[in-house]
Amino acid sequence: MNGAQAIIKSLQKEGVTHIFGYPGATIAPLYDKLPGTGIRHILVRHEQHAGHAAGGYARIAGRPGVCAVTSGPGATNLLTALATAYMDSVPIVAVTGQVDSSLLGRDVFQEADITGAAEPFTKYSYLVKNAQDLPRIVKEAFHIASTGRPGPVLIDVPVDVQLTETKFDFTGNVDIRGYKPTVKGHAGQIKRVLRTLEHAQCPLICVGGGIFAAKAQDMFAQFVETVNIPVVSTLMGIGALPTAHPLYMGQVGMHGKSTANDAISEADVLLLIGARVSDRAVLLPDKVRRKTKIIHIDIDPAEIGKNLDTFLPVVGDVKTVMEQILSYRPKRKGDEWVGFLTEKKNGKSPDHGGRADGVNPKAFVSKLSKALPDRFIYCADVGQNQLWSAGNIDIRAGGRFLTTGGMGTMGYAIAAAAGAKIASEVSDAAERFVIAVCGDGSFQMSMMELATLMQHGIDVKVVVMVNGKLGLVREIQTDVYGDRQVAVDLAGSPDPVVIARAYGIDGAAADTMEQAEAGIRELLSHKGPYLLAVRVGERESSL
Amino acid sequence: MKHTIAVLVENKAGVLSRISGLFARRGFNIDSLAVGPTEDARISRVTIVVDGDDYMAEQVTKQLNKLIDVLKVRNLADSEITRRELALVKVKVDESKRGEIVDIAKIMNCEIVDISHTTLMIEFDDRPERVDLLIDLLSKYSIVEMARTGTIALQKGHGSV
Repeated sequence: MNGAQAIIKSLQKEGVTHIFGYPGATIAPLYDKLPGTGIRHILVRHEQHAGHAAGGYARIAGRPGVCAVTSGPGATNLLTALATAYMDSVPIVAVTGQVDSSLLGRDVFQEADITGAAEPFTKYSYLVKNAQDLPRIVKEAFHIASTGRPGPVLIDVPVDVQLTETKFDFTGNVDIRGYKPTVKGHAGQIKRVLRTLEHAQCPLICVGGGIFAAKAQDMFAQFVETVNIPVVSTLMGIGALPTAHPLYMGQVGMHGKSTANDAISEADVLLLIGARVSDRAVLLPDKVRRKTKIIHIDIDPAEIGKNLDTFLPVVGDVKTVMEQILSYRPKRKGDEWVGFLTEKKNGKSPDHGGRADGVNPKAFVSKLSKALPDRFIYCADVGQNQLWSAGNIDIRAGGRFLTTGGMGTMGYAIAAAAGAKIASEVSDAAERFVIAVCGDGSFQMSMMELATLMQHGIDVKVVVMVNGKLGLVREIQTDVYGDRQVAVDLAGSPDPVVIARAYGIDGAAADTMEQAEAGIRELLSHKGPYLLAVRVGERESSL
Repeated sequence: MKHTIAVLVENKAGVLSRISGLFARRGFNIDSLAVGPTEDARISRVTIVVDGDDYMAEQVTKQLNKLIDVLKVRNLADSEITRRELALVKVKVDESKRGEIVDIAKIMNCEIVDISHTTLMIEFDDRPERVDLLIDLLSKYSIVEMARTGTIALQKGHGSV
């Protein structure tokens, strides 16, 4: 067999069912050997979306998503998706073609130093020199991508290496001397956590995306219910607990809920679980009181103490560490503090009233998410649509909210939804309802992927919030730059419903809430992709 | 404050660029960096001197540890280590100054390794601050060019990274 076949066989051994990709000359040997292997190739319409789709797949399947692209521009187009996955700790294995190894470094056609360019955005990368190394490298790549703090791994394979005859040896265990992630929390630290929680008057948990990476949603619910500690979440942590859960106080940070931010400033012990408290949770470092004791549980020791001074670090897999804490039968905290926050939370009524112009997007997200089947997967793009979604979504147990929290990459949702849908078909007993929610800006960065949905029969529903503006930037210009609006008008944009129709996708537009509700009903019953364009007033605020 | 950090890494292509890229990306200032083989051919030792506070030193250590090709990282306290640097300095000399420069070399225990009608080349290995002193002394004359290695360091006694 040749190197290309060795890659494919290794992928099969890793249980890969799908590759998201876009072919080209230097990856042609790999594509040549794909037919008949049982691995399904999903042809996207832009390499960036191959990465996003692999990311969406990974987040639902709980194992690495795979994408393949060609060298040069194919690979550089993929960079944004790698960076997105890196920031959100999503496991991806990306295979890129590379020019002939004898030509490396000579700036030949479609040559790019992609391992160099991707270095800041990958957990690890390989430039393969010998075909016989391929099985080991693929095995290591899956191991590195999916263990510890997950992330993207890049395998760059020169075209001649793909064509070299080699023997296939997939035996042997992965043994990387410099890579031994800590899974179990330090026993002494666990006891200190228990002691600190015991003495806490107003303890609070801030949960992040690490819960999903650790597949710890059920354990998390059990944990918080046992200790009776209220919970706030980062953007990436939304859905770690059902949004209607009595202990859930909302999202923290710049675009979060006031109850959640107040809770942060009132807490005397703050337990961060799988959250890296980035600057978007910026209110956090400022609001956290000097005397607040911070306990930080994270798989990545480098995240602990990076953004917040930590009183008690616990390095380990969050699921394992929560199990360890529960094994000591921690005492249930009193209801007083929870009651205080609940009262605050209930005192706030959401901004769900009617609008004179267009549809209230916040009320729409609430109605939409409540109408969806419980185990829905909701992919939010970036912009105001993301904040309306994050702030108003109703998530029940088993539901997922996928968005790009770290990079904030516009054009993420449709491709990620496609990957998520495929993952749910592969890994779930029951099919899951998948919806992508975009703004009219982000839709135009990804609308070519409607073709991907159609070509491969991927049943993803798409909602486009149409306000004719780059709404989030418009809002910054309004608030910070004296409402001087520059380059945020999307005049000249096409009608999303007509665009959908051009791809053979049914759809409808909604100018009023009645029409939007009819649209939601149609979306739920429609077989195959469907697009609902919801008109939103251009002055609508994010919060 | 200066921190001397010893890093054991896999001896393979691309590792040094991963390390130096990390420093550039995260805004850590490198004073010096020295790389060389160790007693184990598969492992290289990188000695990095960085200038910054304890927070920065901790971040450097954690981020280095995160690199998959990095095997061990140790922030070495000045009191527990022996540090060395090597310098080669070429000084312009005329007849009248040669004696003075030779005196300096003798007092500092340097070796004169090359001589021409107009220049002297001085080799010196010692603690970094002694190398600084020599260069300061020679700067009174005309230094044609010089090359200086980064600091390397080993723990005193039986301890090791």
